[in-house]
Amino acid sequence: MKPIEKMEKTREGAIGQTTGGKQDVRMRIAVGMATCGIAAGAKQVMDAFNEELKRRNINDVKTVLVGCRGACRLEPLVEITGENGEMVTYVNMTPEKVARVVAEHVVNGRICIDYTVGTEVE
Amino acid sequence: MKMVNIKIDGKELQVPENYTILEAARQANISIPTLCYLKGINEIGACRMCIVEVKGSRSFQAACVYPVSEGLEVRTQSPAIREARKVTLELILSNHDRSCLTCVRSRTCELQKLAEELNIKDIRFNGEMQRKPMDDFSPSIVRDPNKCILCRRCVSMCKNIQKVAAIDTVERGFDTIVSPIYNLSLNEVPCVTCGQCINVCPVGALREKDSTEIVWDALANKDLHLVVQTAPAVRVALGEEFGMPIGTRVTGKMVAALKQLGFAKVFDTDTAADLTILEEGTELINRIKEGGKLPLITSCSPGWIKFCEHFYPEFLDNLSTCKSPHEMFGALLKSYYAEKMGIDPAKMFVVSVMPCTAKKFERQRPELASTGYPDVDAVLTTRELARMIREAGIDFKSLPDETFDDPMGEATGAGVIFGATGGVMEAALRTVADILTGKSNEDIEYTEVRGIEGIKEAKIKIGDLELKAAVAHGLGNARKLLDRIKSGKADYHFVEIMACPGGCVNGGGQPIQISEVRSVVDISKERAKAIYEEDRDMPIRKSHENPQVQKLYKEYLGEPGSHKAHELLHTHYAPRESYPDIP
Amino acid sequence: MQIYRSHVLICNDSTCAQLDSGKIMEEFGAQLKKNKLENEVKVLTAGCPGMCEQGPVVVVYPEGTVYTMVKPENVKEIVEEHLLKRKIVKRLLHKDMMEEGDTPAKALDDTKYFKKQLRIALRNCGIINPEDINEYIEHDGYKALEKVLTGMTPLEVIDTVKKSGLRGRGGGGFPTGLKWEFAYKSQDDEKYVCCNADEGDPGAFMDRSILEGDPHSIIEAMTIAGYAIGSKQGFIYVRAEYPIAVKRLDIAIQQAKEHGFLGENVLNTGFSFDIELRLGAGAFVCGEETALMTSIEGKRGEPRPRPPFPAVKGLWQKPTLLNNVETYANIPVIILKGPEWFASIGTEKSKGTKVFAIGGKINNTGLIEIPMGTTLREVIFDIGGGIPNGKKFKAAQTGGPSGGCIPASHMDTPIEYDTLVQLGSMMGSGGLIVMDEDTCMVDIAKFFLEFTVDESCGKCPPCRIGTKRMLEILEKITSGKGTEEDIEKLEILANNIKLSALCGLGQTAPNPVLSTLRYFRDEYEAHVKEKKCPAGVCKSMIHYVINEALCKSCGICARNCPVNCISGQRGEPYVIAQEKCIKCGTCMVKCPFKAIFKNV
Repeated sequence: MKPIEKMEKTREGAIGQTTGGKQDVRMRIAVGMATCGIAAGAKQVMDAFNEELKRRNINDVKTVLVGCRGACRLEPLVEITGENGEMVTYVNMTPEKVARVVAEHVVNGRICIDYTVGTEVE
Repeated sequence: MKMVNIKIDGKELQVPENYTILEAARQANISIPTLCYLKGINEIGACRMCIVEVKGSRSFQAACVYPVSEGLEVRTQSPAIREARKVTLELILSNHDRSCLTCVRSRTCELQKLAEELNIKDIRFNGEMQRKPMDDFSPSIVRDPNKCILCRRCVSMCKNIQKVAAIDTVERGFDTIVSPIYNLSLNEVPCVTCGQCINVCPVGALREKDSTEIVWDALANKDLHLVVQTAPAVRVALGEEFGMPIGTRVTGKMVAALKQLGFAKVFDTDTAADLTILEEGTELINRIKEGGKLPLITSCSPGWIKFCEHFYPEFLDNLSTCKSPHEMFGALLKSYYAEKMGIDPAKMFVVSVMPCTAKKFERQRPELASTGYPDVDAVLTTRELARMIREAGIDFKSLPDETFDDPMGEATGAGVIFGATGGVMEAALRTVADILTGKSNEDIEYTEVRGIEGIKEAKIKIGDLELKAAVAHGLGNARKLLDRIKSGKADYHFVEIMACPGGCVNGGGQPIQISEVRSVVDISKERAKAIYEEDRDMPIRKSHENPQVQKLYKEYLGEPGSHKAHELLHTHYAPRESYPDIP
Repeated sequence: MQIYRSHVLICNDSTCAQLDSGKIMEEFGAQLKKNKLENEVKVLTAGCPGMCEQGPVVVVYPEGTVYTMVKPENVKEIVEEHLLKRKIVKRLLHKDMMEEGDTPAKALDDTKYFKKQLRIALRNCGIINPEDINEYIEHDGYKALEKVLTGMTPLEVIDTVKKSGLRGRGGGGFPTGLKWEFAYKSQDDEKYVCCNADEGDPGAFMDRSILEGDPHSIIEAMTIAGYAIGSKQGFIYVRAEYPIAVKRLDIAIQQAKEHGFLGENVLNTGFSFDIELRLGAGAFVCGEETALMTSIEGKRGEPRPRPPFPAVKGLWQKPTLLNNVETYANIPVIILKGPEWFASIGTEKSKGTKVFAIGGKINNTGLIEIPMGTTLREVIFDIGGGIPNGKKFKAAQTGGPSGGCIPASHMDTPIEYDTLVQLGSMMGSGGLIVMDEDTCMVDIAKFFLEFTVDESCGKCPPCRIGTKRMLEILEKITSGKGTEEDIEKLEILANNIKLSALCGLGQTAPNPVLSTLRYFRDEYEAHVKEKKCPAGVCKSMIHYVINEALCKSCGICARNCPVNCISGQRGEPYVIAQEKCIKCGTCMVKCPFKAIFKNV
């Protein structure tokens, strides 16, 4: 395949930013893992998400590392995007908070409002 | 060259397009102060003394590096420029060890001169001064960081011209210092002691290791028999120290001064140069005839020898085993001469006056002590001799001419031209041609090996042999030539290498000429001119025709290359590490 | 007597009592015990503060934080967050203390912090996975490169960049299109494209963020630049202190090569371009373009005089195009959306957006991208959420050690290249440090000078010695030993260094001093004439005193003094021995009766 065609394919084949190109992914959990995030503990948060998802046998939720959104004081920052494209930003995440986010948000679709950005930023 | 129209201080000028503002201004007799600038060697715009106002530019620009272009308008004088130059100079002075009265460069210091020219009356911006230890561990060069103004001429010389890179700028900001790596001493790194750094230093941050005290002490010691010898390049430069024009020959006055200083005998190193030619010439002929290691490379320049040991040990077998002339002479003085005169060599003190700082290092090589005593006891640079003459209150300029002493005072034109690049080669060719052809050739001026070209090549027809020769001066050029030989791109019979650009006339021990002078005069060329004049005036111009040398072989050494000659006149070399292992 | 560090007041007014204030009280008792805070925090009932419609009300002192509509289940959080970690639970704050809205935003994009931003350079940061080229491609990645290689001539590309009005984002703001044109016009067999990722301004990290979050955008832009100027080789000069950026760039270069966006025969168009990384060792001066190139060449990173400019003689004396990370990050978008679109953003002379790293005395610190022309007021109060602790805004510092301070009086000036220069500052790479009334401007100038002195390469005397002398004078002034003559000397040095230093860094090094002298000369004069630091920062000019009337002789100050310079006895006010005092301020913080004052 010529590179241009390949590029077009990649572009077409993608279902959009939420799922990173996989049809069977219903939710994308993006963990900010730039220097600021990692320094604040994003690696542990990412690991916690992966573990929790694995423990619960959840296969249609994808975790990805992303860069910095600019609100470094709120790191570790996690953004969860659902099928409808709606995004929820969780801030100052910890591995402890992850369990609740997975249980409530990922499994039951209830946003953990007290962990979201709104409590920290106007 | 395309010309461009520019305007400096309102004057319309037409100058070649490759000129800098500084060159254009000087052509129009507009003077712009400089400090770090050294033509052809250090053009980096660092010191900010030559700043000028370029129309359309927000800040001032360094004239020494700013290229001219069509329509360029420049102002070199204004209250703002004068003030900026003053502020910068005061800043430099505020961190300079201003012990001018006791500085070796007092009167010849470019910083001192500039402070006077810019009418500095007060240093407004005093503050912390950098205090770093002096490095005087090298037998040749003393480094005083507290006088250094970081102009980097020495760095450019060592790194770009000599390609030795023993020193560079280390640390940064206010802590910046010119130093060998890891703040080691010059003695611990592959400094080849050529002393070119001293010659370009505008201040007293670099100077030769002083030997005047030792010599004064020896002169005062009635038990010692003091003998002095002078290298050929000294006599064409010493006059500069006393205000005489560059290229003035002062051989007679120099001998007179030395006698007045109290040396028992004043000899001419040229005699030993003639001896070198016979030994080295014989070595060359033998190597050619017997299929020895070629090219044969000259060994008169101790800076070059040290360089070879550090960086090109694979060429050590190519080096002539001949000692450098003054060492040969020293060995003969303490053997032949001592025996002849009935002097205990232990009570002899041999002083060499050299254009060279590397010879201070060479002198203390343990292998250069053929008689059991060091061949040479002290080496004075041309500058140091001048200092002694002044200290002794001798009115140099009005001295009558005197001649070298016998029995070792006679020399030839061939010995004299050792002082210029290509000189050893030419002297050797004069002798080798006669030996190989078995006749006395009339045509003895080999102009193809003369001149300032960095690497000179010549093919010389001697009988059936076409002798291929090359001459390099300056170690950067030496590198080029050696790399060419190493890669097989060139093959020669005979190669002359001198560590200093221009040869010994521009040695690291010669009188220092400031940047302003060096911008308009090629000092090597002027001094070399005097060397060749001296040669032309000599009644004998071939080494093997020197009656003194002939007598020496007859009475003492036998023939060139004899066992005795080897014992006294030859040496050996060993590789040195290129950079020390740093733990 | 038991001393408590905090007091919790719970309203036991009838309204609140009905609303479970009793249970809340009990819960506080239990939670404090659980967290072993019972000896540090005292819970009291109090009268009605008069917000019954929002009861039950809980007030925490000494902060005076008012929590409203508190439920028993919230108590645990207040104890654990506020009383244990001293973090205010904003969600429960009285609405006057919250800045907007009762319902907290769920997504970052909905916050006020984000709403005034416009993300072009940062478009993909935090959105895509930087280690997956597919995600970049999904977000229109490499589309601009395709457009350029398959349908545009180099001159058309340069024209597009010129028309967009994009100016260099690394400092000076030179028109990017012109730079490209100069490099294009320089004839030579070799040319280079360089990316300056040697971000060194204290507090600025936009380049790092882009490299870590969207490395492909830089690779794409450099490849486009290579095509435009006729170069086959690019270099990214990135600080070794950015290991994550380096790693992600490495991955991105590898992936781009695998996908045919980089290397031989890019996208089968016959155009070849490669990129190598060069790691900088952390010298600030290597962010200066000529020093950067000298460093890439393997030499000591020092600037060289210009002209010749890099576009004529750059890396290894060959024509070189040098732009910074943020500049490149704009290129693919400009190509795709067109120069007119880009030029429609911003002001007449400054187009597009600029990324700022906002920090200092501001609530919402972080990285923001705003359209050129946004005012400082909008940045500080709308995006930045204002100054913490109700303090007054004093000045903002932009441009890092090369920039200057913009005082409150100029807060409504639109942020763009030329206005900032007129104000005596500069855009710089985009550091924006906010200062409040407690900041001493002489001290700030000293801070930046310290940085410059540390980072001077040492090549030219005005910078090497001149900035050192300026710093010495500032140290003299801030230690109370300065004279009026010192201010004069400072000005002479500053003005002359600006004119005669070799490189841009040296020439701009005096800016922090010049700009503070311009707007806050009175503070300098107070330091030298009255030996006073009006902001109360310069230690030698402040002293702590104990108010005799307020002192209860408890001795806490004396016990906490690290140098034992406070003495006294029961029944009598304590005294600070001024000659021994190191002015650490601990006593003032520790005094439970607020009897210790800082005298300026």
